[in-house]
Amino acid sequence: MPDYSWPPMNDRRVIGKRISRLDGGAKSSGRAKYASDFYRKDLLFGMLLTSPHAHAKIVSINLDDAKSLKGVTAVRAIAAPGDEIQWEGAEIAAVAATSEEIARDAIRNIKVEYQVLPHLVKEEDLSKAGPRAKAAGEQVTGDPDKAFQDADAVVVEGFYGIPVLTHCCLESHGNVVEWRQDGLNLWPSTQNVSGIGGDLATSLKYPAGKIKVEMDYIGGGFGSKFAADRWGVETAYLSQMSGGRPVKLMLERRDELMIGGNRPSGFAKIKVAAKKDGTITAWQSESWATGGIGGGGSPPLPYVFTEIPNKRMSHSAVATNTGGVRAWRAPNHPQASYLTCSALEDLAAKLKMDPVDLFMKNLEVTARADTYRAQLVKASELIEWKKNWHQRGEGDPGPVKRGLGLAINTWGGGGHTSQCRTIINPDGSVQIEIGSQDVGSGTRTVITQVAAETLGLPVGSVQLVMGNNSLPPSGPSGGSTTVGGVSSSTRKSSVNALNKLLETVAPVMGVQPEQLKAVDGRIQMKDNPSKSMTWQAACAKLGTNKISEMGANDQRKPEGLNSSGVGGIQMADVSVDTETGIVKMNRFVAVQDVGLVVNPKLADSQIHGAVIMGICGALMEERVMDAYTGRMLNPDMEFYKLAGIGDIGEIISHLDITPEHDKRGVIGLGEPPAIGVVAAIANAVANAIGVRVPRVPLTPMHVLAALEGRNA
Amino acid sequence: MENFAYASPATLQEALGLLSTKPGEVQPLAGGTDLISMMKEHLVTPRLIVNIKQIKELGGITSGKYGVRIGSMVTFDDLMENALLRKSLPSLVEAARGVASPQIRNMGTVGGDLCQRPRCWYFRQGYGVLAMDNNKALVPDGENRYHAILNNNGPAFFVSPSSLGPALVALGATVRVVSASGSRDIAADKFFVTPLNESMREVAIQPNELVSEIHVPIGTRNATYEVRHKTALDWPLATASVALKMNGSTVTSARVVLGHVAPTPFEATAADKVLAGKGITEEVATQAAKQALMDATPLSQNAYKVQLARVAIKRALLEAVKG
Ligand SMILES: Cc1cc2nc3c(=O)[nH]c(=O)nc-3n(C[C@H](O)[C@H](O)[C@H](O)COP(=O)(O)OP(=O)(O)OC[C@H]3O[C@@H](n4cnc5c(N)ncnc54)[C@H](O)[C@@H]3O)c2cc1C
Repeated sequence: MPDYSWPPMNDRRVIGKRISRLDGGAKSSGRAKYASDFYRKDLLFGMLLTSPHAHAKIVSINLDDAKSLKGVTAVRAIAAPGDEIQWEGAEIAAVAATSEEIARDAIRNIKVEYQVLPHLVKEEDLSKAGPRAKAAGEQVTGDPDKAFQDADAVVVEGFYGIPVLTHCCLESHGNVVEWRQDGLNLWPSTQNVSGIGGDLATSLKYPAGKIKVEMDYIGGGFGSKFAADRWGVETAYLSQMSGGRPVKLMLERRDELMIGGNRPSGFAKIKVAAKKDGTITAWQSESWATGGIGGGGSPPLPYVFTEIPNKRMSHSAVATNTGGVRAWRAPNHPQASYLTCSALEDLAAKLKMDPVDLFMKNLEVTARADTYRAQLVKASELIEWKKNWHQRGEGDPGPVKRGLGLAINTWGGGGHTSQCRTIINPDGSVQIEIGSQDVGSGTRTVITQVAAETLGLPVGSVQLVMGNNSLPPSGPSGGSTTVGGVSSSTRKSSVNALNKLLETVAPVMGVQPEQLKAVDGRIQMKDNPSKSMTWQAACAKLGTNKISEMGANDQRKPEGLNSSGVGGIQMADVSVDTETGIVKMNRFVAVQDVGLVVNPKLADSQIHGAVIMGICGALMEERVMDAYTGRMLNPDMEFYKLAGIGDIGEIISHLDITPEHDKRGVIGLGEPPAIGVVAAIANAVANAIGVRVPRVPLTPMHVLAALEGRNA
Repeated sequence: MENFAYASPATLQEALGLLSTKPGEVQPLAGGTDLISMMKEHLVTPRLIVNIKQIKELGGITSGKYGVRIGSMVTFDDLMENALLRKSLPSLVEAARGVASPQIRNMGTVGGDLCQRPRCWYFRQGYGVLAMDNNKALVPDGENRYHAILNNNGPAFFVSPSSLGPALVALGATVRVVSASGSRDIAADKFFVTPLNESMREVAIQPNELVSEIHVPIGTRNATYEVRHKTALDWPLATASVALKMNGSTVTSARVVLGHVAPTPFEATAADKVLAGKGITEEVATQAAKQALMDATPLSQNAYKVQLARVAIKRALLEAVKG
């Protein structure tokens, strides 16, 4: 059995180095081509007609006027008379035409008659949800009633709400499909290169083996781009109906925000009890959420502090006539962290206790007390907590008030199932083949680094081929599983290929293969570096045969190369102008538990991205639904507000890179740093202004309402 | 977008001729930053677009004895870069600086800013500028966080989108309007109107008329303060522009105008009265701000804008007399 284990930390030449992402130049110059950039002379443009109503029955669809337009090559009804539409943006029909303009005109020429039905699109007020709210059974541990009634107990009660966010990928969902007699070519924007073809095949009842998938770059996915999707299937049919010409269909921005998937809301009435010294004795939460007509979204409460002895939890899923939920960077966790950490910060304020001390005091009811303890110390140091923290509301006397807040996170991040092929050619060139995708996290760079390290070569000597479903299959990029999966499979295939090379050259050098290693572009004896030959010369010994070796990571048996389970502490430093309610980010500190970090620069960049995403959600991002018309009022990037560079402040990320953590192998970190950001910022604002703003985002509307004691 | 014909005349006469051919079906195109999005959403469907950017007479910033003449095709960026304006009309420069993004400030023009359409999300979704659906006014019980808090007893609830408007009203500017049959001057405070039905415009010009230039008097202490949530690519939540005639440190007369709080720039005459004869101190500014919003009638979600408008007035006043 070959030794696949990672080289010792201090022996590494390429792994662990802050190498800039290899596709940075291609991306920033526009050379990188995305599905939405696809162009060919015979390309047709696909477009969807979507429902303007939140809830309606289709009475009739008439495609005639669309079909008769010159330049239109295909028109298809997706819905049928009698169908019930459950959200605005639902797909009704699709067209393909020789230009985008004609496709647009064709869409407007389709006549649909709807019978409008009553809708529910808002869930903040649970009492208005009626039968649309479905309660899951109550869960009780210990004796919460007794604990709350205890004479010594300090009890806080609060209401907290976090709205639905929609996915808002810069490159909208969509694809190009060319469905010809002899096969189907798919150029998607996907997080799932190896799997999306199979998904499409099932819907089309067409052999998966005849579907070729190719994708070099993706403009964001964040959990919303795993499947072929309704529009992917429709694009295929449009192509087929158009004689097999390729059809490009990318969602319009408004459809992207309505049907590209959303993150469920989370509302909760929470009651917590503690002893005077801060020991938490009881938790009670009544929560509800919506993620569309299917309900959806159930934040795990209490978050992280799971072993509170006395608990009562109930949750209702509210079915609303809105677009459906999709995974969104750490599904359920940001909501849970926000709800839990807000309640705990309120408890600390009531106890007149520093919330860092409150967290410290209660770490024994979490699954990783030691990790959090160390992280609380580190994060406090980085944000200068002791110097800058004050009791709630007791800060600066002027109108601009500064405050600090904290939050906690946890995540898995073990590697997914992945296969990789390493090819060593007689001319010394090396090719890595893997059916994975770089969703922007730096996967390309990471795979290349692992191969280069293993083969003792510089990064520039390794050529990587990915983004194609004819390559060895690799899992979808979700759940922060990619880095663990691909680094392990690449390590294994590269060790296997190297061993083959060593077997070839060992006899030439008059040694045993086990006595050799690859380092700095040479094959040399482990205990006698002077006995060596160049990589080039070694490969020349292959004659006319290339080496091609596979490696696989099995999700259930990572063999020490990767593992799962992390914690993190995040802290925010904000200034709030109490006259305007505007929250300004000063600093954000993210201390993140990690395993072996293949590239600290990319890891930092993951954290920065996650924090920025969280700042958007904390300060401005929110889906706005109109109760009366049932429509989304901000399906655009003007009023679906996202932070700009001036809104972000300083981000300090800290990775716990230590030999002890390194031993855990590679662990994904795309998601965990996105979890606690809203919570930490909301707590910092409460600390600054002296009152809890019960609803995020922390807009002037909500902040001033809380300051003035209005119902937010 | 519907198909349309396009003309790019070199002279004003030619442009005005085209505009008077089919009133209502012809629309002038300046920077296009609003018009094109309106056309894409099918909110307006002109048959003919007349590009007026090539017309020399509509450009340029020049100073005369009583003030400054600003051509309607001057861009936000031009306003911000102009040394004369920076010195004499900081309130206008500040209002321009706040607009959206460098791209929009490069393209957007003074004339376009004054004539742009409201951003009310119901309007932009196709419910008309009065936001009605089957005779029901959507704003009062709907999502009205960004809507009017003054002069909002219907039928209009939107807020005037123009950032330059409040500054120009406060400064006592005049808008010159031309058509094939001649020109007329409209005081800035009469330029903006509240439509009472869907066929009325938000500005006091006819479809066959063009804004050709603005005349702005100088000699006041002036400033604009905008409350903006995001640092870029966003709309103000409330703004105040003030212009003060001073004798030493005493205000002889004041004009305080609020933006983004009413269907037109809102003249806070109650504040003007408080300020006359006084020096600007924090207390006086706070008092003026308080008086200015006495008649505010916030809707279900936008009471916070009352506070924002007050702060904007206070901060604009203090800024005007600074340094
Ligand atoms: C995200 C975002 C944020 C923004 N923030 C702000 C802001 O804070 N403050 C602000 O003021 N604006 C803001 N804007 C809007 C922007 O300022 C306007 O789009 C711009 O001023 C319009 O000018 P334009 O020259 O492009 O006009 P066009 O788009 O060319 O024209 C607009 C309208 O005016 C008419 N028109 C143009 N010129 C004349 C003329 N000379 N005479 C008669 N009619 C004319 C056109 O026919 C059209 O109806 C923002 C826009 C965006 C997208």
